[in-house]
Amino acid sequence: MPESLRKLTWPLAALAVLLLFNALLNPEFFSLHFAEGRLTGSLVDVLDRATPVLLLSLGMTLVIATAGVDLSVGAVMAMAGSISAVLLTDVGMPVLPTLLITLLASLAAGAWNGLLVSMLGIQPIVATLILMVAGRGIAQLLTDGQIIPIEGHPGFAYLGGGTLFFLPVTITIALAAALFTAIAVRYTALGLFIESAGENPTASRYAGLNVRAVRLLVYTLSGLFAGVAGLIYASDITAADANNAGLYLELDAILAVVIGGTALSGGRFFLAGSIIGALIIQTLGTTILMTQIGGQSIPAEWNLIVKAIVVLVVCLLQSAALRQILTGKGVRG
Amino acid sequence: MRTRLRIKPQHLSLVATAAVFLLLYGAAALRYPGFASWFQTTELIATNAPLGLAAIGMTFVILSGGIDLSVGAIIALSSILLAKCLVEWNLPVPLAIPTVLVGGILFGTASGVVIRWFRLPPFLVTLAAMFLARGIALVLTEEKRLSIAGHATFDPLVDFLLFDFNLPALIFVVGIVVAIGVARYTRFGRNVYAIGGSEQSALLMGLPVGRTTVMIYALSGLCAAGGGILYAIGSQSGDASVAQLLELDAIAAVVIGGTLLSGGVGSMGGTLLGVLILGVITVVPVYEGDLNSWWTKIAIGGLLLVFIVLQRLLQRQRH
Repeated sequence: MPESLRKLTWPLAALAVLLLFNALLNPEFFSLHFAEGRLTGSLVDVLDRATPVLLLSLGMTLVIATAGVDLSVGAVMAMAGSISAVLLTDVGMPVLPTLLITLLASLAAGAWNGLLVSMLGIQPIVATLILMVAGRGIAQLLTDGQIIPIEGHPGFAYLGGGTLFFLPVTITIALAAALFTAIAVRYTALGLFIESAGENPTASRYAGLNVRAVRLLVYTLSGLFAGVAGLIYASDITAADANNAGLYLELDAILAVVIGGTALSGGRFFLAGSIIGALIIQTLGTTILMTQIGGQSIPAEWNLIVKAIVVLVVCLLQSAALRQILTGKGVRG
Repeated sequence: MRTRLRIKPQHLSLVATAAVFLLLYGAAALRYPGFASWFQTTELIATNAPLGLAAIGMTFVILSGGIDLSVGAIIALSSILLAKCLVEWNLPVPLAIPTVLVGGILFGTASGVVIRWFRLPPFLVTLAAMFLARGIALVLTEEKRLSIAGHATFDPLVDFLLFDFNLPALIFVVGIVVAIGVARYTRFGRNVYAIGGSEQSALLMGLPVGRTTVMIYALSGLCAAGGGILYAIGSQSGDASVAQLLELDAIAAVVIGGTLLSGGVGSMGGTLLGVLILGVITVVPVYEGDLNSWWTKIAIGGLLLVFIVLQRLLQRQRH
C-alpha cells in the first residue's frame, strides 16, 4: 500500500466510526431529502458547515508542510468579513469588486506573514501571532466593534447560502479550492519544493531551491483561503462579526491537518488527509449536537472535552514513540 | 582613563524593553493625573496578577523551547473549581486552595508526561489540554459563573491589604522574585536554559531532560492554577469563560520581555516588564475614554512586531 493511502487509514477509520455511531443512534442522519431545488439532510449540512475549516486547512497543510504554522487565519477571516461589509454598506461598492478587493487584502495579509517568516526569518508562531492579535483589532476598528448587517446584496448572500448543482454552493467552492491546490502541488513541482523546504531548508537551499519564495507563497495562499472562508462566513450569517468570526478556527484548522496525518515538524503532507480531518471535526460537532441519550441531548459544553480526547487519541495513534513503547523497543533518551 | 557605559549584547533586548516600559509609563503618568499614584500602581499590578503568574510559568516553558497554550483555560477551570469547593462542597479555604493548586499541577504534569513520553509537539498537546480544561470548566457549572462573595473564610483573602497591595498584587510580586531566583540560581533553572539551548547537548551532559521537561509543564500548570485563584480573589467569583486566549497575552508578555521563542535565551525580569507593558497598554483606553479597546490589540501587535524584528536583528549581528 502506498504511504499516502496508508496514512489515510486512521483518519478514514475515525470518520467511519463517527458516521457509524451516528447511523446507530440516529437513523435520520443519512437520509437526504430534495426540497426547494437542493438536497437537504445532515450529511449535506456537515459538508456545508465544514467548508470554512476545510478552506483554512488547505492553506494550513502547505504552511505546516514547510515546518511553519499560521495562527492568523481566524483573524484574517474576521478582517475579510469586515472589509467586505464596509465596502458593500458604507462605500456602496458592487459585489464583484468588493469580493476582489477583499481577496486581494487577504492575499496581502498572507504575504505579510510570508515576508516576516521568509525574509526576516522570524519563527512562524510569533510572526503569525502578530497578525492574529492585531488583525482582529483591525477588523474591529473597521466595523467600530459593531456587528454590521450585510443585507440587500443577493450576489453576496449567494456565496454562503446559494445553491449550485443541487447542493449548497459552499461545497462547490471548497471542492474547487481543494482541486486547485491538489493540481498545483501534485501536477507541478511545487509540492516537491514545499516538502523539500519543510524537510531540510538548508539542504534545499544548497540544491538551488528558493526556500524563501516557497515560504512566501504558502503563507500568501493560506491568507487567500482564509479570506474566502471569511467571505463565506460573513455571507452565511449575512453580517460582519469582527468579534467572533473565525475565533478559534485556526486551532480547528491545525487539528484538521494533524488528524489528517501531516506532521507539525514539516515535510510530507497529505491534502486529502486534511480534508478528512476537517470533516471529522465538523461531524464530531454535529454528532454531539444531535446525539440524544435517554431522550436528553448532550450539553454543547461536552464538545470541547470530546474534541480534546479525539485529538489526543489521533495524535497518540500516529506517534512513533507509542508504537515503539507498545512493541517493547522503548525510546531513547 | 575613560569609562563608558557599555551594555552587553545579551542585555540589549532587556534594556529596550525597560526603555519602552518607562516611555509608556512616563507618557501615561504625564497625560493622566493620578496614573503614577501609589494606589493606581498597586492597582495596575493587582489587575495583571493572574496574567503575570501565568506568564511566569510560560517563561520557563518558552525558555525550555516549548509552549503552553492551556494556561488561560486552566485559569478559568481553577477559578470555577475554587468557587465549587467553597460554595457547593463547603470546604474551608485552607483545604480548597491546595486542592485547586494540586489540580493545576496534575493538569500540567499530564501535559508534560504526554509531551515527553510520546514525543508529541507541545503545541498540540497543550492545545488538547486547553480544550479539555475549558470543557471541564464549562461542564462543572451550568450557569458558567459562581459568586463567592460573602464567604466567611474567603472574605479575609479579598479584604487583605498590605501597604495598599491586595493579595493578588502581593502574590505576583513575591512570585516574580521567587521565579527570578529559581531561574538564575537553582539547578532546575539552569537545566531549563540548557534544554532550551540544545536538548541534545543537555542529554549528552547528563542533565535530567525528561524529569525537567515534565516539571516545567507542572510548574506552568501550578502558576496558571495560582492565576485562577488570584482571579477568583479579585472578582470574588469563579468564571468558566474568563481568560479566553490569555495564553496569547502571556506569550506576548514573554516575547516582549526579550525571551526567544526558540528557547535558551531570556529572563524572568523581562517577563515582569512585558506584563507591565501589556498592563499599561490595556488600561490606556479606560483613561482615554473614547479610545476603543481594539486599539489595544493593534498596539500589542505593533509592539510584538517591533520587539521581534529587534531581537532578530540582534541575533543576526551576533552570528
